[in-house]
Amino acid sequence: MELANTTRDINFLKEKARILRIEILKMLTEAGSGHTGGSLSAADIVTALYFYKMRHKPRDPKWRERDRFILSKGHAAPLLYSALALSGYFDKPLLKTLRKLGSPLQGHPCSKTLPGVEISTGSLGQGLSIANGIAMGLKLDVLSSRVYCLLGDGETQEGQVWEAAMTAAHYRLDNLCAIIDNNGLQIDGHCCDVMSIEPIVNKWEAFGWYVIDINGHDMEAIVNAFDEAETVKMKPVMIVARTVKGKGVSFFEGKVEYHGIAPTPEELERALKELGGDGK
Amino acid sequence: MTHSNKGKSYSKTKKNVSNPPSPPFSKGEKGSFVATRDAYGEALLELGKKRADVVVLDADLSGSTKTGKFAKAFPERFYNLGVSEQDLIGTASGLSLTGKLPFASTFAVFETGRAWEQIRQTVCYSNLNVKLVATHSGITVGEDGASHQATEDVALMRVLPNMIVIVPSDGNETKQVLNVISDYKGPVYVRLGRAKVPAVMPDDYEFKIGKAYVFNIGRDANIVAMGIMVSMALEAARVLKHDGIDTGVINMSTVKPLDTKTLLKASKACKLIITAEEHSIIGGLGSAVSEFLSEKFPVKIRRIGLVDAFGCSGPPEELLKFYGLTPGNIVKTIKEALT
Repeated sequence: MELANTTRDINFLKEKARILRIEILKMLTEAGSGHTGGSLSAADIVTALYFYKMRHKPRDPKWRERDRFILSKGHAAPLLYSALALSGYFDKPLLKTLRKLGSPLQGHPCSKTLPGVEISTGSLGQGLSIANGIAMGLKLDVLSSRVYCLLGDGETQEGQVWEAAMTAAHYRLDNLCAIIDNNGLQIDGHCCDVMSIEPIVNKWEAFGWYVIDINGHDMEAIVNAFDEAETVKMKPVMIVARTVKGKGVSFFEGKVEYHGIAPTPEELERALKELGGDGK
Repeated sequence: MTHSNKGKSYSKTKKNVSNPPSPPFSKGEKGSFVATRDAYGEALLELGKKRADVVVLDADLSGSTKTGKFAKAFPERFYNLGVSEQDLIGTASGLSLTGKLPFASTFAVFETGRAWEQIRQTVCYSNLNVKLVATHSGITVGEDGASHQATEDVALMRVLPNMIVIVPSDGNETKQVLNVISDYKGPVYVRLGRAKVPAVMPDDYEFKIGKAYVFNIGRDANIVAMGIMVSMALEAARVLKHDGIDTGVINMSTVKPLDTKTLLKASKACKLIITAEEHSIIGGLGSAVSEFLSEKFPVKIRRIGLVDAFGCSGPPEELLKFYGLTPGNIVKTIKEALT
């Protein structure tokens, strides 16, 4: 079984991210419900992982030496599903079944139904602990595989995240790289109004993490951050990715209302125009 | 009616204190007393020697849960997560995803209560090979009081799809359970205790998941018990036999999946089924038995356990009396129900 094709070509990755966004919007419109804003905000990060950084085999999802990706913010399922489909884990037409009865593409990722999903998520705050456990297991097996875990910023209000933050630092899990999709919004409004999470960088540093603070839509910066993370020893790495919710579609950007709703067919049409083509 | 926990005044407990406490359990046939947590500690150590994939996790209670023995022998395969039960379950789940066989232990009230949603969302929903072995279940925790006495844990675990629920009755059975579940793929909850309990299972006993052990089937009543209540049930049956009431005893150590075949056979043979558990009568063994029999073979049932009540502080033997978890109360309940 072949390794997934990956590249450091920034223009190629940008184009991939554009197509990923198109697939996200199309599948959400077809489903009629789902989480638009948070899927779009993390699209560049996830593109960089699946098409540049991670060593994985789409035709052998359980390959022992693969790098792992845990989507702790499980509501961004459409983003994960797009990345898996475009990587070749399954055929693209399956994306149209999102959220439908009998579909392996559950509203939130389910590892029992869809190969490539490492673990079922959806209840916030649990992914980092799982990523820690995987990182520990990989170390026991003396494998060089790495673990990536994507969290939402609102998600860090969950107490378990900080339990896991302590554990990763205590056990010096330097094969773990977490990313916070810091789009500043959560369901009820701005994070700073609902429950302030700042200063994020200081918090994670104080918990013993190596923190890299980047623009989460600058592909060059994202790729560099993942490279830098790999060089860090004895500490887990947190990439704080400053992002815009709904990124890529002007009328979704920074709009809290689009956290948990899908585009209408009309909105999809306008969005596809903005993104420059339907990605076929 | 089952013994009620309500209306017992503090003064009555106090009166009990002045009396010399009677032995907490009937004397074991073989005279040996072992806490199931101690048997777990030993079995875990043996399992660690046999299998390199076994990893153990604890949440700052390794001295009490007895995982400390494994930790000492295999420090590289032991993870102390500190006081963080939710992280404990998540980390164990992650380790299982790399093919390890994790045993996650802490007190039952924290493991099943504090981390219930982690168990639901991650362990059970994804059907992971994670073994949850909790100690300090029930009121025999004693002096620490209700905050540390899990009396709802079986209910909490039983409701979860994919979960197996096992309550061993003595040290021998605990050791067997540990070996059997290590060869079973999927989530398992094992409920252990702090107090020393008598050996009740015969030497040639072989534990199988979902298979109850029948000591005997009675023509008048059959007691379906789990955990420490098995020894109480045996003592009660001896007393009843003396009084001419033929009473059987079944050790239903697997509460889920319930051994419905054995249950049906016992129910058809007698006039009364009694359940006995060191747990709330809501959601535990009594509920499981009632749910099945009410649909398949309605029979007179009485449940012995905590009657919608929390535990409290006190010596275990006094608490058992206070809450009616005694051979005497089993006898009384059966006699009342049969007249």
